[in-house]
Amino acid sequence: MSATDESTGGSTKPRLLEVEDLHVEFRTREATANVLNGVGYHVDAGETLAVLGESGSGKSVTAQSVMGILDTPPGFVTKGAIRYRGEELLAATEDRRRELRGENMAMIFQDALSALNPVYTVGFQIAEQFRFRRGMSRKDAMAKAAEMLDMVKIPNAKQRVKEFPHQFSGGMRQRAMIAMSLALDPDLLIADEPTTALDVTVQAQIMDLLDELRRERGMGMILITHDLGVVAEVADRIAVMYAGRVVEESDAESLYERPAHPYTEGLMESIPRLDQKGEQLASIKGLPPNLANIPEGCPFHPRCHRATDECRRKVPELLELRPGRYSACHFAEELISSE
Amino acid sequence: MTESIREQADSTDTANTGDQDVSRSGEQKPKLEKQVGLWGDAWRDLRKRPLFIVASIIILLLVVMSAFPWLFTSVDPNEQLLSKARQGPSPEAWFGYDHLGRDVYARVIYGTRSSILVGVLATSLTVVLGSIFGLISGYFGRKTDVLVSRFAEIFLGLPFVLGAIVILSVFNAGITSPSGVRVMSQVVLTIGVLAWPISMRIMRSAAIAAKQQDYVNAAKALGASHSRIIFKHVLPNCIAPVMVYATIALGQMIGLEATLSYLGLGLKAPVVSWGMMISVSQQYIISTPHMLLFPAGFLVITVLAFVMLGDAVRDALDPKQR
Repeated sequence: MSATDESTGGSTKPRLLEVEDLHVEFRTREATANVLNGVGYHVDAGETLAVLGESGSGKSVTAQSVMGILDTPPGFVTKGAIRYRGEELLAATEDRRRELRGENMAMIFQDALSALNPVYTVGFQIAEQFRFRRGMSRKDAMAKAAEMLDMVKIPNAKQRVKEFPHQFSGGMRQRAMIAMSLALDPDLLIADEPTTALDVTVQAQIMDLLDELRRERGMGMILITHDLGVVAEVADRIAVMYAGRVVEESDAESLYERPAHPYTEGLMESIPRLDQKGEQLASIKGLPPNLANIPEGCPFHPRCHRATDECRRKVPELLELRPGRYSACHFAEELISSE
Repeated sequence: MTESIREQADSTDTANTGDQDVSRSGEQKPKLEKQVGLWGDAWRDLRKRPLFIVASIIILLLVVMSAFPWLFTSVDPNEQLLSKARQGPSPEAWFGYDHLGRDVYARVIYGTRSSILVGVLATSLTVVLGSIFGLISGYFGRKTDVLVSRFAEIFLGLPFVLGAIVILSVFNAGITSPSGVRVMSQVVLTIGVLAWPISMRIMRSAAIAAKQQDYVNAAKALGASHSRIIFKHVLPNCIAPVMVYATIALGQMIGLEATLSYLGLGLKAPVVSWGMMISVSQQYIISTPHMLLFPAGFLVITVLAFVMLGDAVRDALDPKQR
């Protein structure tokens, strides 16, 4: 969407990743669900973009489309563009895309236990990258695998490469997963809810590690999450998704200070806070829309306390309100300037 | 495995647990220094399992028996002493004589070869065929799956005996006394062709479950090709149920060979097999039970040994069981 146009402007260097007006539908026998309805965002090298949103808002589907691992069927990309360093991925051959995966872009998953193959040792799985993509010998690859485990701060890495995923604790598994994804030194990392399955203390460690690795390697990172708390510390920019489109995009600080979309507002209010002890926790009423039947007008209007007739009729565009701040709401200007 | 105890150490998931780790693993380090893969680990584990040891000894004995039957008996299995027909076990003939006065013990020993050969070969053939088709059909799904599954159902729909009669009689039309090797390979192929859909279905359902796992997605996200995903990630996670089936099927295959022999389509004299002995003995079950008991006993022990072996191997291949 327009979000990316001006800032690229005259500069000749293409963005690390640019998603533009991406439409994806899931076709099932009963109905067609419009899972993505014009998603647009971009990531530059060395920055972290957090993608926020409820389950079913299309965060993961966007990521899968970028990686090219969307299950087709049922998912079909019907419109849009995904550009990696200016290269149009949707037009690329399957071989080219496979070449990019691992080498240039990698992904880590929510549940590291199921994302690691239970029948192989952790080291073997990391070494596999080096053996098949770099043609290293088994022994060298194992040594590199140990190095990678060391890099993600797994103690006693030389020994632990010989262990199986189930012998690792939750946090260690996620670390191993990170090591595996970063083996070939990609410059784009997509982390799909990397801390959701972990307990709070470990969450912070993993986020710190990801942030540190991103900084060291100058990677661009897309951090998919529904947890505003996790995002606060590491994200440079935040894109909020609702019903398959970006409804607000902003630098992290401004967004926390004053959200420019009622949905973001609702998300912020539903974080439990100590100074509100005893009060009822705010929540966004209603449920996310049925994607096979998205309401007319602004998809958020049935749940929005500001909804007017205009919202019921007209889909708000994602407009730039302040430099770097975008919102898709008819009342965005009011929201952003109100106290 | 010894490593598993170390799992407790990292439950806190902080870097400090490292020191503890080092001290504990330091002692065993020289032993673990060697690089071992999945099978190496499994082997180390197997050597310690009594189940595996017992099963291996039995199977080894059976293999020796089928390779060198003369080591175990000096009696000709086809020598007929009609005067001794259906005599019970005695010191000179441990398992007694059959209805034609042949030494049951010698026949059981000599029958090992064809029974084991048919069992092992037919099982391997069905499992290999079934696994390949099952993997392809389960992993790729959709049209491939429909095609392969319907193809398999054609074979599954054929009644086994009828199918075997058709196949064996067509291929042996006009040949009055085919050679032993020829008949045996025909029996093996017939069983393989008619029985592969069962292991295909097992493999297919396991592959469908495995391909939806995150580690397959993760492998895809790291740029693995279809063939690498199939052989490195899907197959090792699907092999266990097929292996269990194979150990059970082995006994069935030996039984099927007996069925075919009984119908006059399988092995014929002078070749000896347990299946033939069992099928002949059914007319004498009441009067001469030892004619059934000994070959059937050997069959049971053989099947049991393979089942135990399969069980032990499956457990050893599953890293979570260690």
